[in-house]
Amino acid sequence: MRAFQILIDGFAISALYALGATGFTLIFGVSGVLNLSHGAIMVAAAVAAWAAASILNVGTYAGALIGVGVALLTSFATYFAVVKPIQDSRRIPNEEKEIFVLTGTLLWGIMIQEVIAYLFTNNAKTVLPIVEGVVEILGVRTPKNEIFTAIVCCFVIALLWLLVNRTRTGKAVLAASMNPRGVTLLGLELTNIYVVVWAIYGILAGIAGVLLGMFLGVSSYSVGPLTASAFSIVVLGGLGSVSGSLIAAFVVGYLETLTAYLVSPAYRTIPALLLLVFVMYIRPQGLLGRR
Amino acid sequence: MKKGLSVALRIAVGALVTASGAALAADPVRIGVIAEAQAIAGASIPQAAQLAADEINADGGVDGRKIEIISYDNHSSSADSVRAFQRAVNEDKVNAVIASYISEVVLALEPWASRLKTPFVTPGAASNEISKSVHSDYEKNKYTFHGYLTSAALALSVCDGAKDLLVDKMHMKTAVIMSEDAAWTKPLDIGYEECLPKIGLKVLDHIRFSPDTTDFTPIFNKIEGSKPDVIITGISHVGVQPTVQWKNQQVPIPMFGISSQATNETFGKDTNQAAEGVLYQGVSGPGVAVTPKSVPFAEAFKKKFGNYPSYAGYTAYDEVYYIADAVKRAGSTDADKLVDALEKTDWEGTIGRVQFYGKDDPFTHSIKYGKGLITGLMLQWQDGKQSAVWPKDVAKVDVKFPSFIKLSN
Repeated sequence: MRAFQILIDGFAISALYALGATGFTLIFGVSGVLNLSHGAIMVAAAVAAWAAASILNVGTYAGALIGVGVALLTSFATYFAVVKPIQDSRRIPNEEKEIFVLTGTLLWGIMIQEVIAYLFTNNAKTVLPIVEGVVEILGVRTPKNEIFTAIVCCFVIALLWLLVNRTRTGKAVLAASMNPRGVTLLGLELTNIYVVVWAIYGILAGIAGVLLGMFLGVSSYSVGPLTASAFSIVVLGGLGSVSGSLIAAFVVGYLETLTAYLVSPAYRTIPALLLLVFVMYIRPQGLLGRR
Repeated sequence: MKKGLSVALRIAVGALVTASGAALAADPVRIGVIAEAQAIAGASIPQAAQLAADEINADGGVDGRKIEIISYDNHSSSADSVRAFQRAVNEDKVNAVIASYISEVVLALEPWASRLKTPFVTPGAASNEISKSVHSDYEKNKYTFHGYLTSAALALSVCDGAKDLLVDKMHMKTAVIMSEDAAWTKPLDIGYEECLPKIGLKVLDHIRFSPDTTDFTPIFNKIEGSKPDVIITGISHVGVQPTVQWKNQQVPIPMFGISSQATNETFGKDTNQAAEGVLYQGVSGPGVAVTPKSVPFAEAFKKKFGNYPSYAGYTAYDEVYYIADAVKRAGSTDADKLVDALEKTDWEGTIGRVQFYGKDDPFTHSIKYGKGLITGLMLQWQDGKQSAVWPKDVAKVDVKFPSFIKLSN
């Protein structure tokens, strides 16, 4: 009974982590950017979905779409207002650009967080679930919304796989992650590929944010922990490796759920962080990392 | 000659003193308000204080002196609060400070009230330690007043309500305590552990969780495992997330107790009405005539700010009034005189009759709990609104639960 409970709850949370981390790792893989405003973009999506549904009364579906839309816009804003100017700058030496991007996106994330707290208070918000009610699975009372979350996450990840492996644009993205110079030599504009990647990222982070808002709820305080969890999943899986991130998301998700149920909810995140430190010792490139 | 000069000097000094005294009389009474402007419970504090000041000023002020509210947002941080307190006293020259609903913040400010000798009242923190420190070192800490119930009194209030509503009416026998890990819940939990068995509710389990918790599924799961009739809550930093997950997961056990965020009207929207059925302790509430002043205040607040105040709004509003009253009785804003006058407070506010425990009581300078003073009440979210269900003389409706709640008796 308890084993089933852990299995079911762990799956939903892991799928959500996977979705959140995929976009994050994709951007790193393609453009070498570690986007530390990741948590802020997810929270912006969830809060926008909440605000649209409960203040503007646009309905649950439209609210969710607006949430994803806001994440897409924030993602583009992150790229065009923060990341691109740093990458294009002639005054910042190339070897320091990564640090500048890290600092820039971190500050950008804090700015978004403060704006959200200012406009909507720092108390948690929850997005009204698209499906309500509960069903019994193997004797476990499971909210339908939890199943919905897991299905959407798996579906979107599958869609992303198809996009990357089966379409021309996707293949260009894949190629850029392998060898950016090679792609330019083939006559593809690298900037266009970056824009595509940031668009995919925005949509993924938006969906993950809205689903998280429905599943657990988020507040402006969630910004830091969300960025940190995506970061540790991606590092554990191997920076830039999408399949590594997927595996790592499930490892972290289940480890957290096991701890919460069997030890105490208060220590939920600790074993996963210890595992991260351990992996850093024995395999610094992460589970499936290439560099 | 020398004597003549000294007389002249004395007259001159005397004239100066009189002149500055006259200037003082026309000076406004400045009250600093340090609060969590970005939190559900804290946002009402500066708003309610300003409302009270506006009303007093429209009525001619205190002996011709206007009340001036100077607010500072502390971002729920103790460090920011201490800086705001120093600035309020040293630069903005406030005569008294109203600050915070978070016990950790208030405990950080208490020594500063002593050092800077500035009367300081909290509208919403609950830790017993606040007034205990006043008792243990009165001369030093007498500047701090606890304008809200102590955790010990809150536990009593919840137990009094639980006895009538849960034990006598619904024949409940068992409970699990669920509280967040914070300074204010330590004495609250001790109070719960002590008074719940006395009223006939056996405590089956006691779960304390980190205020950072986002997923409450394992907690509810554990609680359900011990099959209690009711969950007795002690939550303030969290509120929206456990409430929404309680509803989404259809946890079949009612929640009853302290839930600070539920006291603010915006809680309904923040939880997408998942609050339906939640029972919480309050000192006042919309439409509840605890005193003749309660309803007019709540309505005036809603008219001005668009929503009903949180619990700390009621207390902050009363505080501005009784500080003004103390200034009037003291005839001065001198800190020590103001402390003396505040100790003699007997003010009918929006939450009941406010008096403070004296030097010899263990909770010195905390507001008195009891019949005819402040007893608190129990409210329930019903049909998207907050309605009083206890005590009988203010109750508007009966307790009712959403369909997923399964009462065992």
